[in-house]
Amino acid sequence: MSLEVLGVSVLWLFLFGYLIIASIDFGAGFFNAYSLLVGKKRILTVIIQRYLSPVWEITNVFLVFFFVGIVGFFPRTAYFYGTTLLVPVSIALGLLAIRGSYYAFESYGSRGHKGYSFMYGLAGLLIPAALSVVLAISEGGFITIIDDNPVLDYAALFTSSLTWSIVLLALAAVLYISATFLTWYANKAGDREATNLLRKYALIWSIPLAISVIGIMVELRKHNVIHFDRMIDFWYLFGISAVMFVITIIILLMRRHYGVAVWLLIGQFAFAFFGYGISHYPYLLYPHLTIYDSFTNETMAISLVIAFVLGLLLLIPSLYLVFKLFLFDKDYVRGKEDHHA
Amino acid sequence: MVNDNAVFFSRLLTELTLTFHIIYATIGVGVPLMIMIAQWIGIKKNDEHYILLARRIARGFVITVAVGVVTGTAIGLQLSLLWPNFMQLAGNVIALPLFMETFAFFFEAIFLGIYLYTWDRFENQKKHFLLLIPVAVGASMSAVFITMVNAFMNAPRGFEVVDGQIVNIQPIVAMFNPAMPTKVGHVLLTAYMTSAFVLAAIAAFRMLKGSKHIYYKKSLYLFMKLGLVFSIGTAVVGDFSAKYLVAYQPEKLAAAEWHFETEKGASLLVFGIRDGEDVKYAIRIPYALSLLAHNNPFAEVTGLNEFPEDETPPLYIHFLFDLMVTIGFFMVGVSAIYVIGKLRRWRFIHSKWFRWVIVAGGPLSMIAIEAGWWLAEVGRQPWILVRYMKVAEAATSSQHVDLMLLLFCLIYLILGIGSVVVLRRMFKRNPIEREIADRHAEKGGGIS
Ligand code: HDD
Ligand code: HEM
Ligand code: HEM
Repeated sequence: MSLEVLGVSVLWLFLFGYLIIASIDFGAGFFNAYSLLVGKKRILTVIIQRYLSPVWEITNVFLVFFFVGIVGFFPRTAYFYGTTLLVPVSIALGLLAIRGSYYAFESYGSRGHKGYSFMYGLAGLLIPAALSVVLAISEGGFITIIDDNPVLDYAALFTSSLTWSIVLLALAAVLYISATFLTWYANKAGDREATNLLRKYALIWSIPLAISVIGIMVELRKHNVIHFDRMIDFWYLFGISAVMFVITIIILLMRRHYGVAVWLLIGQFAFAFFGYGISHYPYLLYPHLTIYDSFTNETMAISLVIAFVLGLLLLIPSLYLVFKLFLFDKDYVRGKEDHHA
Repeated sequence: MVNDNAVFFSRLLTELTLTFHIIYATIGVGVPLMIMIAQWIGIKKNDEHYILLARRIARGFVITVAVGVVTGTAIGLQLSLLWPNFMQLAGNVIALPLFMETFAFFFEAIFLGIYLYTWDRFENQKKHFLLLIPVAVGASMSAVFITMVNAFMNAPRGFEVVDGQIVNIQPIVAMFNPAMPTKVGHVLLTAYMTSAFVLAAIAAFRMLKGSKHIYYKKSLYLFMKLGLVFSIGTAVVGDFSAKYLVAYQPEKLAAAEWHFETEKGASLLVFGIRDGEDVKYAIRIPYALSLLAHNNPFAEVTGLNEFPEDETPPLYIHFLFDLMVTIGFFMVGVSAIYVIGKLRRWRFIHSKWFRWVIVAGGPLSMIAIEAGWWLAEVGRQPWILVRYMKVAEAATSSQHVDLMLLLFCLIYLILGIGSVVVLRRMFKRNPIEREIADRHAEKGGGIS
């Protein structure tokens, strides 16, 4: 494996990590706001505080890792994406600020300020929408070079049906991932009411998820044939993903083995996400930027890889500890113990 | 092609974000160490008050961390969004510490999460204490790594430019550049110093508001002692920083000192008003500048006139420098008087006015941090990467930076007000007297 491919794989892996854990987080916020709106009890609030509060900062670091890493391994991305993404990314940052402060402010401040909960829920949907626009941009056609400077054509971007199907996919995926995971968590916590509610949400959101995937394939064929053809070359990855999706739905319908459902869900998205990534290769931005012409020098690449391996040695045991304490500890999950400072 | 508007607003937005971030980052670097010391003393002396002190600080820390993380994420992305040309160049040489910083964050975030949610979960209190070590180490290491990047901007090393191409890159040399030791040392010590004085200020403030509890007396004394140690360290390393400047960035020191003509036995000017090269109303300390620069009162100090005019920084940094140094010596004095007074039983250190002085010490230290960073950053102008790249060449060409500036003003306003309101409410609702009473009831005795 060349250093370029190694670098991009590592980054893609972390982005995948972010995708999964941030989706759980974003979706939970939305369902919480929704249940407040329709007057259901705050079934989900408890789960959000039990599971999400201790780990939100870790979630955020996954994102930081990705964007610092990409500039490290591929400095030229700073030039293309940095110049053009100012507006969408700044908006996403504003929304992240609302969410980040929610955990801290809300768990100590005014017990349940409704407006804040709505903002928090809404921000959880808008962030994936804003960030997924980057994927649409990477398909090319929206950035032109004017006077040596890359410029983003907003009109083209926001009137493209490709953009909107990617946004729709992002939203549906967030809600589906989140609902499936939380079904399992609520079940483990022994909260039947929440389990049933979340299971219903998971099933509902699987439908727009399936539709938007088909929509993207149709749009991509019009927009970027090279990428579309390469995706067809890797049809089996997407096939495995689809099969896993179907089995997850069946399991949810059977109302048992929720743990298996979560693993299948992760598998489904892993195959689709890596299928997408591999078929995108070697482009980071069609047709301007590939992983080869944007790559850093070899010395830096090697030192980044070494730092990465050393960092992982530190991280993996620590992450294991977090999971053990907050995810797999029965007493904590059931809310029997409260040890917050 | 340089877009002046974009350069101007990119500068403004960077200044805004960093000025805001550094408040929370300083607390983020220093406070874990303070919590650690308090908890350790509590365990050693078996004194519940110190444990409670650690716990209450930790609770407030959650709020400041949240804002630190959010604003830090903002500046991290803004570096690429606003200075894409700089990041493209710098990414090739100095990406390593930036990347390592994310691991430090990871490490800190993980253990902070565990630490906060496991009070009283372990039988053995020492186990819980151990969780704090990675938090403090992670926080300080993130400051070390990011400051390395900043030091590189001041003293770029570890690469060569041949025909416009960067070659012969040595990431380790870039990290350990000449500016690194003094910068990292000064930044760490000032963060510890400021955190100690902010916590001391809170204790003094509660006492002024009428609380007579021994808890606050213990807290105040502890943090004044720590503040004394770290403020002396700050002044010592600050002196080294000045010596670094003389050797590598003499124009920065000359501008900060309004030292125009190269001369021997140069005197130090404190404050004053400038008219061209004439300085009036300044406090003039003979030979002090030569002493500061070379440890020798008769040594020669290079003046500003030796440098091309378009490569010298704005002269207002003089005031920033003086402000920082004045506050530094003032705080050494205040904490020394308090600690000696405590040992010698001087009465006036318990008087109202002296407590107010201690209260002022918290915000003053924070002002010194801001002044110090503005000195360092504005003093680097017009360079973003000294002698390689100017700020104007580094900025984005985007047309929308002004709008984004407004957006971020709004965000920081909300975060700033929010964090203050929440912190106040948190401690108002649960004053120490009540918390101790509650724990008393829970455990059936032990502390009073
Ligand atoms: C509590 C805050 C504080 C206090 C009391 C001091 N400083 Fe400071 N100073 C900083 C906070 C700071 C800082 C914010 O940490 C800076 C900005 C960038 C840096 O490296 O550290 C800084 C920078 C800085 C620089 C510029 C370094 C550079 O640009 O490379 C010098 C020469 C000094 N300091 C010297 C001093 C001296 C002689 C002090 C005497 C007591 C002093 N500082 C007190
Ligand atoms: C956290 C404390 C810091 C503060 C308060 C601060 C403050 C400032 C200020 C006031 C400027 C504008 C100077 C001018 O345009 O006249 C600036 C510029 C800048 N700083 Fe810093 N800075 C800090 C730390 C850092 C660090 C650690 C880095 C590097 C990783 C950094 C990178 C930059 C960049 C890229 C610019 C823009 C270019 C320039 O104007 O020189 N800053 N900063
Ligand atoms: C241009 C300069 C800077 C960048 C790019 C930057 C980047 C960041 C980022 C991305 C985060 C969030 C990390 C997370 O998600 O957990 C953060 C938080 C933090 N930053 Fe900065 N930072 C800068 C300046 C500084 C400086 C100068 C210091 C220290 C002197 C500092 C210390 C911290 C600390 C300790 C945190 C953790 C939050 C906390 O514990 O309060 N940062 N920073």
